[in-house]
Amino acid sequence: METVNATYSYITNFEVMQILQHIKGTKKKWGMHNLATVTYEALQYLEESPCKTQTRESIKNYLCDLAIYRLMPHEQLQMVNDPPTSALHTQLLIDDNKVPLTDEENEAIIQLTHKHFSNTTTEPVQANQQAPT
Amino acid sequence: MFVLAELKDNVRIAPDHFNLKLVDAVRDEIDRKLANKVLLNVGLCIAMKEIVSLKDSIILPGDGASHTEVLFRYIVFRPMVGTVMTGKIRNCSREGVNVTLGFFDDILIPHAALQHPSRFDEAEQAWVWEYPLDDGGKHDLFMDVGEPIKFRVSREIFEETSPIGPPKAEGQQSQNASSSNAAAAATAAQEVKTPYKIIGAINESGLGVLSWWDQQGKEEEQDVEDGEDNTEYENDDDGEGACEE
Repeated sequence: METVNATYSYITNFEVMQILQHIKGTKKKWGMHNLATVTYEALQYLEESPCKTQTRESIKNYLCDLAIYRLMPHEQLQMVNDPPTSALHTQLLIDDNKVPLTDEENEAIIQLTHKHFSNTTTEPVQANQQAPT
Repeated sequence: MFVLAELKDNVRIAPDHFNLKLVDAVRDEIDRKLANKVLLNVGLCIAMKEIVSLKDSIILPGDGASHTEVLFRYIVFRPMVGTVMTGKIRNCSREGVNVTLGFFDDILIPHAALQHPSRFDEAEQAWVWEYPLDDGGKHDLFMDVGEPIKFRVSREIFEETSPIGPPKAEGQQSQNASSSNAAAAATAAQEVKTPYKIIGAINESGLGVLSWWDQQGKEEEQDVEDGEDNTEYENDDDGEGACEE
């Protein structure tokens, strides 16, 4: 085994969840219990996290709307993985050595979270949730 | 939290898998080898994302299997240092708080990185945040097993776990057979190494057991000022500020 690039790119929790759901849906094969275990456990975690209600579309729109706040890529990634729902939460995801967001910006980001992801938190039945179990 | 790692490997496909398509056989073989394993300085391997390229397959004298050099991308759990994640408390010890994500257990929040001031409750076997009140008293906030907890990754430790020399336990066993069992058990316990460990911290406002911040968030939505000039070292002040509201 040779590591060409340990971090070729970052991947959102949502994408990981989709791939794992796909793996879970395929037929079990001999000698793959490690894959089955990690798939099952990681899915359990991800399906309890905010990403279970996300869709490709909602993430795209969310990021478009976030663009005006000039966030760093890793901050955006974190916001997608764990959309902030309180001011305290937003600040945690922002780098300490950066000019902090103003109250208005903070509030606006929280509103964006609600706008793009909250409709799905209230009605838990969603397309991507009905993957085979 | 997750990254794609680009890896290269020589995959051996046994003859009884020749009925499969090469891509599928290779994918299965790699999943069998990597899934749920820690690669040194890469992270915890989860599942195959995609195969980038396959070189020509070769056969070696005396072996019916085919060998193919494969370049592929694998989903790997490796949170960046600084990432905020949510897990569940697995248990507490004098050392600190152990957190689990379900698929990954080796997360430790050392006692020095807990909210200040915290104490360890021997009877409950739990850490307690002694939240200072305005009147000089304190309010005990317990960190119970199973509670969801938000923490920041502060360090990652990779350790080589593959055997380097002959196991020492055996040598001891043969030498003094009487105490061998105890000795072997002790050495075995010492030698259990964790290949990948994450060190976390919760000494910032907003981090820690989720319920700590729930009510406050609602009460002082507008009081963001406190959160803003919060640094890792001044969380006391922040805590008090939050409390006043």
